[in-house]
Amino acid sequence: MTYAQGPEKASAGPPGRPVADQPLAAAAVFAALGDPTRREVFERVAARPQSVGELAGELPVSRPAVSQHLRVLKDAGLVSDGPAGTRRIYRMNPQGLDHLRAYLDHFWNQSLAAFKTAAEQPPKESRK
Amino acid sequence: MSTQSVASPVRTSILVEAPQKRAFEVFTADMASWWPADKHVLEGELAGMVFEPRVGGRIYDRAVDGSECSWARVLAYEPPSRVVFSWDIDLRWQIETDPERASEVEVRFIAETDARTRVELEHRALERHGEGWESMRDAVGSPNGWGDGLRAFAAYLAG
Repeated sequence: MTYAQGPEKASAGPPGRPVADQPLAAAAVFAALGDPTRREVFERVAARPQSVGELAGELPVSRPAVSQHLRVLKDAGLVSDGPAGTRRIYRMNPQGLDHLRAYLDHFWNQSLAAFKTAAEQPPKESRK
Repeated sequence: MSTQSVASPVRTSILVEAPQKRAFEVFTADMASWWPADKHVLEGELAGMVFEPRVGGRIYDRAVDGSECSWARVLAYEPPSRVVFSWDIDLRWQIETDPERASEVEVRFIAETDARTRVELEHRALERHGEGWESMRDAVGSPNGWGDGLRAFAAYLAG
């Protein structure tokens, strides 16, 4: 799950199309928000775009720790960042939420494929 | 595609080379034959899945030690053409105990021929899982952003 090392520019705006068919993305979302501190970081960024320094000032964690949390959130597609003068401002990426929907979409497509296989088997000779 | 459609239903369908009645039975009574093995809310070794074939019935996982984990309520049961059940599972595969926060799944079985059935599935009311999704959508355009809805959303994810 290291696809956030990519170009900085790409993360400044929402992607054109939500990432569908990517269960990993949804898994990353769940993992990212599973940590209470990280969730707190996410909530604060979602409430108001802000910098690492601002976040570290409000939270009982170090600046490097905040950066690390933001990195994970960014990997999961939940936040994006962009430059503002000399600072880097983090904000919520609303498209990240589409991952959740994509997750169910993926789940049902996989499951129905398995269902099709089962339904097309000759019926078992079980008692009715 | 750029609208904030976080709570729009998930829809999918599949064509099955089986009669309508058979498709319905496999989907419901024989659910364990196709349900993904890694997608169970039950802890412990799975013995089977039970689909109680009536409105008000439950769908539950049964463990080898006899314990049960109910994860859906049957809301409509109309063999061989339609079934609706609640989805009392959050996205971390934990049981959602508040029925107000459960989404629902409707499955329709449409006979294309005597031997072929189109199965259409809609997983809807996703916003019920957390006020999060819906209020977040509303909040996107508002100046003070995501506050409460997001909190609910995060809490929902956290279980």
